[in-house]
Amino acid sequence: MSNNMDNISVRELAHRIRKHCVTMTHRANASHIGSCLSIADLLAALYGKVLRVNAEWPSWPDRDRFFLSKGHACAALYAVLAERGFFPLEWLDTFYENGSLLAGHVTHKNVPGVELSTGSLGHGLPVATGMALAAKRDGRSHRVFCVLSDGECDEGSTWEPVLFAPHHKLSNLTAIVDYNKIQSLGTVKEVIDLHPLADKWRAFGWAVREIDGHDFAQIEKALEEVPYELDRPSCIVAHTVKGKGVSFMENKLLWHYRAPLGTDFETALAELEEK
Amino acid sequence: MRTAFIEALLELAKRDERIVLITGDLGFGVVNTFMEQLPRQFVNAGVAEQNMTGMAVGMALSGKICLTYSIANFPTLRCLEHIRNDVCYHNANVKIVAIGGGFAYGSQGVTHHATEDMAVMRALPGMVVVAPGDPMEARHATRAVVEHPGPCYLRIGKAGEPNVHKTEIEFRLGKALQLRDGDDVTIISTGGLLQTAVHAAERLAEIGVETCVLSMHTLKPLDTDAILAAASETRAIVTLEEHSIIGGLGSAVAEVLAEADGVKVPFKRIGLPSSFSPYMGSQEYLRAQHGLTEDAVLKVVAQLLESTRSGNGRANTQPRLTDPTT
Repeated sequence: MSNNMDNISVRELAHRIRKHCVTMTHRANASHIGSCLSIADLLAALYGKVLRVNAEWPSWPDRDRFFLSKGHACAALYAVLAERGFFPLEWLDTFYENGSLLAGHVTHKNVPGVELSTGSLGHGLPVATGMALAAKRDGRSHRVFCVLSDGECDEGSTWEPVLFAPHHKLSNLTAIVDYNKIQSLGTVKEVIDLHPLADKWRAFGWAVREIDGHDFAQIEKALEEVPYELDRPSCIVAHTVKGKGVSFMENKLLWHYRAPLGTDFETALAELEEK
Repeated sequence: MRTAFIEALLELAKRDERIVLITGDLGFGVVNTFMEQLPRQFVNAGVAEQNMTGMAVGMALSGKICLTYSIANFPTLRCLEHIRNDVCYHNANVKIVAIGGGFAYGSQGVTHHATEDMAVMRALPGMVVVAPGDPMEARHATRAVVEHPGPCYLRIGKAGEPNVHKTEIEFRLGKALQLRDGDDVTIISTGGLLQTAVHAAERLAEIGVETCVLSMHTLKPLDTDAILAAASETRAIVTLEEHSIIGGLGSAVAEVLAEADGVKVPFKRIGLPSSFSPYMGSQEYLRAQHGLTEDAVLKVVAQLLESTRSGNGRANTQPRLTDPTT
């Protein structure tokens, strides 16, 4: 099942995701806009070009599986799913509202296209690994992709499947680390330094590429060329910028928490409109 | 019970290739045959219970029937949030199997005492909780949880327990099994203390106390009908479990009795205090130290029946705020 974009480019899709995220978090007075903006380009490439999914048939058995393990960036996932037709765009207006289907962390319940509810970090990669193992044993051709945050690489439960997947040669599994270098209470360097992150994954047996997570050519090439090695899972360490696309949010810890209100909202939207 | 479990599972798995057994690197001498005969239905997750549980969910959401397997608290408490969010919230077809319920690994120390597991598992939405009382029940329970489409917790004892049931049973999840009839007192037991309950009942019969014994192998969903029948047909109820007195069988039965209309039956929970065992030793030794013996059950039953005879049953034991004689 192909992924025909309705005449919009991956760049345009990323742009729309950003605008939705700013509007959604503004309306909801919600946190995590910075985390959403850092993965907008990755999600646009995945849903715009790479993933074999079908909005008409979300449970299509041969679909690629996608997991957003950093569930707090759910606004970006909801936005791309709505843009790709999994559910009406109007649903985005209900984000965070009483009675809404779209909660503040990724929720699968009655939301077409969502594979797994996440929000507690360190849960996505174990489940993704189990799906990859099941697919491999059953000789199925679909692939499994999982986006993790860098802060999530503090979790022991992230490193358990990082150990497991290469041992079982799960080449149908791709982990993408959104390495925006800012976590909850400070920079990654200050909290628990992950450097050298790519080498850590390599040492565990993954085939690793490092990319600029905002360069569409690099993102698409990296995603389309998986698996990089026969019999190894792939890891993409995507160097990203928290808050990417809104000048005053970029690389600012504050925007892990603050909702874009008042003039902040207007300025952010105006900046995005200009692009 | 452990042997009954693995034999039943192997038999099922040979007929249904969707069944996958995932171990957290435990089960030496238990899972070997399964591993050798059905390698494509076996996974060793390594010493990594969080990943074991998450992977089970990933495989279950791909159509498999997954069993996670480890001992004591490792498959439950160690990875609890993965069970809550991933298994239960997604209603994944995952069965959590713990070998060594209660003090089965007594001598191994407090880390290996599974004494709060049922309380915690019972609190999780959608989780079926089963603690078979003997190998025969374990065999049936294994089949029943595999057939049940959704999350289950199966708490197994150890190897070598005798069959308490002397005849074939009709096992259904959520339906208590009656081993003896009697109208003086009902002993409700869950898990490996079933034999203690039956032996206590036999000795009570010798002194003229007719005792009904129920094996409450399924703690959730609970057989409330059987509990209410016991409350109306016998004069007192005692619960017996190798588990904390908080949140397990005793609590579950108390919840039913407390909310039932017009039920005032003398009631006592026999279980473990909410504290770590100060004693080290075998399962038998630890049971004795904690009053989980026939003698201790006899004593509790005798005291309870005495209180009903003297009019000091539960209904009359409320502390009086004023002395009616003055």
